[in-house]
Amino acid sequence: MFLKFQETELVAEIWDCLEHVTDPELDEPVTDMGFVEKISVDQQDNRVEVEFRLPTYWCSPNFAFLMAFDIHNAVSRLPWVTGVGVTLNDHCFADRVNEGVNGGRNFASVFSEFCEGENLDAVRLKFLEKAYMRRQEVMLLALKAKGYPAAEIIGMTLEGFDAVKFCDPVSAKEKPRYRSLLMSRGLAESPSDPAFPTWKGERLTEGELGDYMARLRGVRINMEFNGALCRGLQSTRYKEVEIGKDGPGLIDFIQNRVPPRDVDRNPLATT
Amino acid sequence: MFKTKSGKEIFIVDGHTHFWDGSPENQSNVHGKQFIDCFYAYHTNLSPPEQLWEKARFEKYSEDDVYRDLFIDGPDDVAIIQSTYLRDFYKNGFSSIERSTSMASRHPERFIVNGSFDPRDGEKALEYIHYMKENFDIQGVKMYTAEWNGESKGWALNDPAAYKCFELCDKLGIKNIHVHKGPTIIPLNKDAFDVHDVDHAATDFQNLNWIIEHCGLPRLDDFCWIATQETNVYAGLAVAMPFIFSRPRYFGEVMAELLWWIGEDKILFGSDYAIWTPQWLVEQFWEYQIPEDISAERSGVQLTDEIKEKILGLNAAILYDIDVEAKKKQLSGAPVQIAAE
Repeated sequence: MFLKFQETELVAEIWDCLEHVTDPELDEPVTDMGFVEKISVDQQDNRVEVEFRLPTYWCSPNFAFLMAFDIHNAVSRLPWVTGVGVTLNDHCFADRVNEGVNGGRNFASVFSEFCEGENLDAVRLKFLEKAYMRRQEVMLLALKAKGYPAAEIIGMTLEGFDAVKFCDPVSAKEKPRYRSLLMSRGLAESPSDPAFPTWKGERLTEGELGDYMARLRGVRINMEFNGALCRGLQSTRYKEVEIGKDGPGLIDFIQNRVPPRDVDRNPLATT
Repeated sequence: MFKTKSGKEIFIVDGHTHFWDGSPENQSNVHGKQFIDCFYAYHTNLSPPEQLWEKARFEKYSEDDVYRDLFIDGPDDVAIIQSTYLRDFYKNGFSSIERSTSMASRHPERFIVNGSFDPRDGEKALEYIHYMKENFDIQGVKMYTAEWNGESKGWALNDPAAYKCFELCDKLGIKNIHVHKGPTIIPLNKDAFDVHDVDHAATDFQNLNWIIEHCGLPRLDDFCWIATQETNVYAGLAVAMPFIFSRPRYFGEVMAELLWWIGEDKILFGSDYAIWTPQWLVEQFWEYQIPEDISAERSGVQLTDEIKEKILGLNAAILYDIDVEAKKKQLSGAPVQIAAE
């Protein structure tokens, strides 16, 4: 019983760390998207196995590789973890992804070999830029909705941005995510830095804001198309997941895969 | 014919439909199963609940189903049937021109059957284009650049082998080139989202009409930019349409971008039947207005009745040389019959 309890704690810790792994195209955590199907910890040697599945058999292999690598990296960083296995299920390139992520080779060379010589870091950076634009648009639209005039928005400092309270759940969720990208990319560091630079670190003028917003909207329309399809497709595919022979685990409960107890199915319960 | 609430009759050309066989008997391998499963997932997730089909019917529907869904229950006047082979996945092809033509021969006045070819077949592709023109007098083709073919997992419209095929199409008067640029059913070694090959092909083949199905989503901005530069590039709305129900604001954003960039004369309706049926799509489209705030971002573009009529049929009628008044007369002379069940 204690061991079971302890395993649940460890699985929860892994789940938390996977919340920082995003689908590169959608900029949504793989956990929120319901991609992570199974996490198990071998308590003899603290080895972790993570299984994930994407909305369709055909999802881009590039993205599948990126997510597999990121899951592997994120779990490996936990101090108590001694080894990580990542398995992608039911995908047209599952074998190659699984071999690539677990084969002990350098991820950049695996990625380059399987994805037409593409550069892993360059692809990551491309998606980070899109994520930045998308998060930024959410904040800009929220400020507009609050009645901030263009001049005030483009002149806003990080300190000023920090002071704005966003009540709607989407903006409230996106605010720290936008801020963390600003910081990690060095786009705004001190409180007096402008809060809304472009990805290249340029400041916008008041006259440029309209066109810039149209560009951000374009990026979102593209990303949202895949996002809407993915969310829809994923909701059907995951209904097929079966509960393991040991009964439901933490992930099954988080993913809402545990069916409610149905008294009507048991004739004895009603008689 | 779609009848509006005020009694106006709207001529409908459904620019993107299929008559496929995705049944287990026709599947060659797991890819074939996964392909139709993916289509079915699109169907189940983007359709209103009352429009859902059983899986077995979705995998393989009958000739009567097509006729009823498009013309009796559905508002279509003319449907363009696209061919998609996916030879690596399906024994007899997913939707072949022979099978579609045989189905269409029951009501030839209502169908336009397009062909398909794979430029990677080289000389054989050229021979096949001749075969399709001679036997089926095709006016158009559907290109699926993400199709697998042996080791190749995709191709581009501006590949030299493809250019040879388009030269022949041009010569034979096969002028409508529908291109799937939409959600990926994946090639590993091509970026199937990329629409830049359209730019090259459309510039180099000015006599051909390039109808980009799924309007390049998820690369709408790139597509709009290209389509604005080229006079012979059109946007097909298949797959974008059902968002009208599941995400109406999003649909409005897509329509606002298309209207603003490429304009009302170059957008074509397509149901993508049998993933979706045209009746509910057309009904909802006719009632739809782009939300004010979205429209305001694009100089107030709006879907007026006149624009909707163009999108639903008149634009495609021009590309396919359909004389709308003559066709209306012909169809009223051969009224929709209740197909024998």
